[in-house]
Amino acid sequence: MKQFLSFVRKEFYHVFRDSKTLLMLFGLPIVQIVLFGFALTNEIKNSKIVICDYAKDEATQQIINKIEASRNFEIQKALMSHKQIEEAFKEGNTKLAIIFPTNFNKDLLHLNQAQVQIIADASDPNTANTLTNYATNIIMDYQQELMKNNAMPFRIIPELRMLYNPELKGATNFVPGVMALVLMLICVMMTSVSIVREKETGTMEVLLVSPFNPFLVIISKAIPYLFLSLINLTIILVLSITLLDMPINGSVLLLFATSTLLIICALSLGLLISNVTQSQQAAMLISMMGMLVPTMLFTGFMFPIENMPVPLQVICNLIPSKWYYTIVKSIMIKGLGFSAIWKEILVLFGMTCFLLVVSFKKFKTRLV
Amino acid sequence: MTMADVVLNNIVKTYNKGEVKAVNNVSFEVNKGELFGLIGADGAGKTSIFRILTTLLLPDSGTASVNGCDVVKDYKAIRKNVGYMPGKFSLYQDLSVEENLNFFATVFNTTVAENYDLVKDIYVQLEPFKTRRAGKLSGGMKQKLALCCALIHRPTVLFLDEPTTGVDVVSRKEFWEMLKGLKQQGITILVSTPYMDEATLCERIALIQNGSIMSIDTPDTIIKQYPDTLFAVRADNMSRLLNVLRSNNQVKSCFSFGDFHHITFQNDNERSQNELIQTLQEADFQDIELKHITPSIEDCFINLMN
Amino acid sequence: MTNEVVIKTDKLTKRFGNFIATNEVTFEVYAGEIFGFLGANGAGKTTAMKMLCGLSKPSSGNATIAGFDIYKQTEEIKKNIGYMSQKFSLYEDLTVIENIQFFGGIYGLSDKQLKAKSNELIETLGLQSEAKKLVASLPLGWKQKLAFSVAVIHEPKIVFLDEPTGGVDPVTRRQFWDLIYQAADRDITIFVTTHYMDEAEYCNRISMMVDGVIKALDTPANLKQQYSANSMDDVFYELARGAKRKSD
Repeated sequence: MKQFLSFVRKEFYHVFRDSKTLLMLFGLPIVQIVLFGFALTNEIKNSKIVICDYAKDEATQQIINKIEASRNFEIQKALMSHKQIEEAFKEGNTKLAIIFPTNFNKDLLHLNQAQVQIIADASDPNTANTLTNYATNIIMDYQQELMKNNAMPFRIIPELRMLYNPELKGATNFVPGVMALVLMLICVMMTSVSIVREKETGTMEVLLVSPFNPFLVIISKAIPYLFLSLINLTIILVLSITLLDMPINGSVLLLFATSTLLIICALSLGLLISNVTQSQQAAMLISMMGMLVPTMLFTGFMFPIENMPVPLQVICNLIPSKWYYTIVKSIMIKGLGFSAIWKEILVLFGMTCFLLVVSFKKFKTRLV
Repeated sequence: MTMADVVLNNIVKTYNKGEVKAVNNVSFEVNKGELFGLIGADGAGKTSIFRILTTLLLPDSGTASVNGCDVVKDYKAIRKNVGYMPGKFSLYQDLSVEENLNFFATVFNTTVAENYDLVKDIYVQLEPFKTRRAGKLSGGMKQKLALCCALIHRPTVLFLDEPTTGVDVVSRKEFWEMLKGLKQQGITILVSTPYMDEATLCERIALIQNGSIMSIDTPDTIIKQYPDTLFAVRADNMSRLLNVLRSNNQVKSCFSFGDFHHITFQNDNERSQNELIQTLQEADFQDIELKHITPSIEDCFINLMN
Repeated sequence: MTNEVVIKTDKLTKRFGNFIATNEVTFEVYAGEIFGFLGANGAGKTTAMKMLCGLSKPSSGNATIAGFDIYKQTEEIKKNIGYMSQKFSLYEDLTVIENIQFFGGIYGLSDKQLKAKSNELIETLGLQSEAKKLVASLPLGWKQKLAFSVAVIHEPKIVFLDEPTGGVDPVTRRQFWDLIYQAADRDITIFVTTHYMDEAEYCNRISMMVDGVIKALDTPANLKQQYSANSMDDVFYELARGAKRKSD
């Protein structure tokens, strides 16, 4: 044990005495948060919505038909009561809910105006905005048609409600993404580079010819990065809350616990990469290409996953950060607890175990 | 009879799927407490042999043992008891002298204090710099530190792979003095080096070229085994002399050695010597000097290479 | 060897902050001379050589290399010199022919010249069967010989050799020096550093750098007499022993 601690202490020395690494470690998240002020908007297709139709009359039926025909929407369920709406959103797939009041058609005919309520899941504010626009357009279309046929001005007033993120803060979309990105970057790249550096300078040779279990050498390298990642996480959260008004509606403890899980997952990936590379440059390159780029593309914070063709969606499921992203959004923005996200946590846990086992098996006790 | 501490039997090691034969059927033994030198150029196979003995590489075929433990099956036992200093002085550049030494002591489950007597003579030279980062030491200092780190756990066998390469001449001399001191502590020491002049500082040596051992014995015996009588010759124009000697059919071999050329004759008699001097005088050489000399290890090495 | 001066330095100095790596170094080298530039590691040799090759700007002092000024005409200097070091000489993942063509091209040889030179080189070194093989597959000694030949492929005025025979077997070492002698006979000046003291004897003159200063400059015979030494080894040891920089 004493030996192990002396290894860990040495690793901390290495990290703190390398100014370039430190700069990257702490500068990166700050830069990322500033850079990611710009999120991307794409056209969204086949978003799952639910409809709660209290009126069930001719007008609502026509509007619903139009919505069904639209390529932007896919009606998931017809709800009996608006109380079910909260459930539907919590389940995670529904992006939008439309509620028609009981006397929709009657109001239109007699009062010349009726109301529709549109509720959107605004934890992704861009999507929410876009979807409510689509829905509003469809309703306006219908209104136009009515006005053409009957010379009277009809007005359908959509009442918009953005759930979870009424102010449409962009931060809620990209901060969890940045968290995932930064943690993956630090843990995968830094760990693999640090291990390979020992191989390159030749100190790994000397360590192998010693009674110390070489696998513990590797684990000792992971520990400073575990601590530093958690500190980084704290910095990101503090910045997000103070500068970007990001909410944390759920349990902070659960947030840190799941983050630790992702960190361990990323560290195992770094370990695996270091087993198969001989030079620091190769380690960095593989980390960049094999981890950073997929994380950016497939986590779901830059490009919505629902938008992608099915084969790519399958790939997304293989990216640990995708699951982490869902978990973080659920905890921070929706305020959900363990019971809602246990599936995602299980997947992440499974990935971590798999990576650990594989890298352990691939670890070489000799050169070459 | 002294016990053999390190044994190699028909070791073969190839790289690149057999294309490169780095170690070609090598067998030898090193006795307990011996200072043994593996002498040869880069690429001769020295590092591969050391890596096999320190259990870092698996041989393609053949067996080897250190301290009675097999390098393949009992590698863990070997790793506990040997000291290893690889070619690049692998130290942690950003840790200080003290930190490096403490770290390696801990890795081997011991403390600096416990075996300090072993490294004291070397470490006192480093002590004024003990807080300096290892990366900022001169080549000679790095070499001394690396040696201390390899010794700090009192190994029974010490493997030093080209420890004097890239180090200044003064430090090199000091280093060999330190090795002699260590030998007195009963540690078996294997050193590899490309420098022929260091061969005479060892008790026994193996001359290696292209993965094969050309000769193993004490330096004196190898020198005595030199097949011909060796002469040194010089004159006023060494460059021209070299060409003249090479084209002379009485001269069997001719190699330059600094301020003399070393030659052997086809016919080993006094007549050959006199004839040569005459030939040189007729060729207008001045200050001609021809004398009989004892071969050096380098002469023997060149002779064995042909 | 002629009396034409190809390298002339006057108080050449290089400072890194407070540290003076090369301290007011003054000397001359003649055409066709084999000049040994010796000194312990850290004495300032590599820094001095870099300045002479036009790779590093001096802090003060003057020098002309092959008649070109060391401050204003570094590009001309580079065109007229060759360089070879132990650490880098050729591209391992190119073949022998490709390396020759590449470096020949860099040194400005025309296609016709290049073709003639390539054949000549391969003939002289006996590399006919290896010409299309990757340099990585050659034994070290052949690599070094090839590297030297490539460094002088454009018949430069001066060739700088930085420890060219490190780690090479004794026979190849001597073959290498044969090549050096042949080049010197063609009036190419050889500026060489080495750790082998017997090679110091092959030089016309030697300079010894200690702590950034040239402490001795003379023929090997004169130096041995001056220091009452039997060999260059002893001369070197005598001069290097007093060095302060070895513990730095």
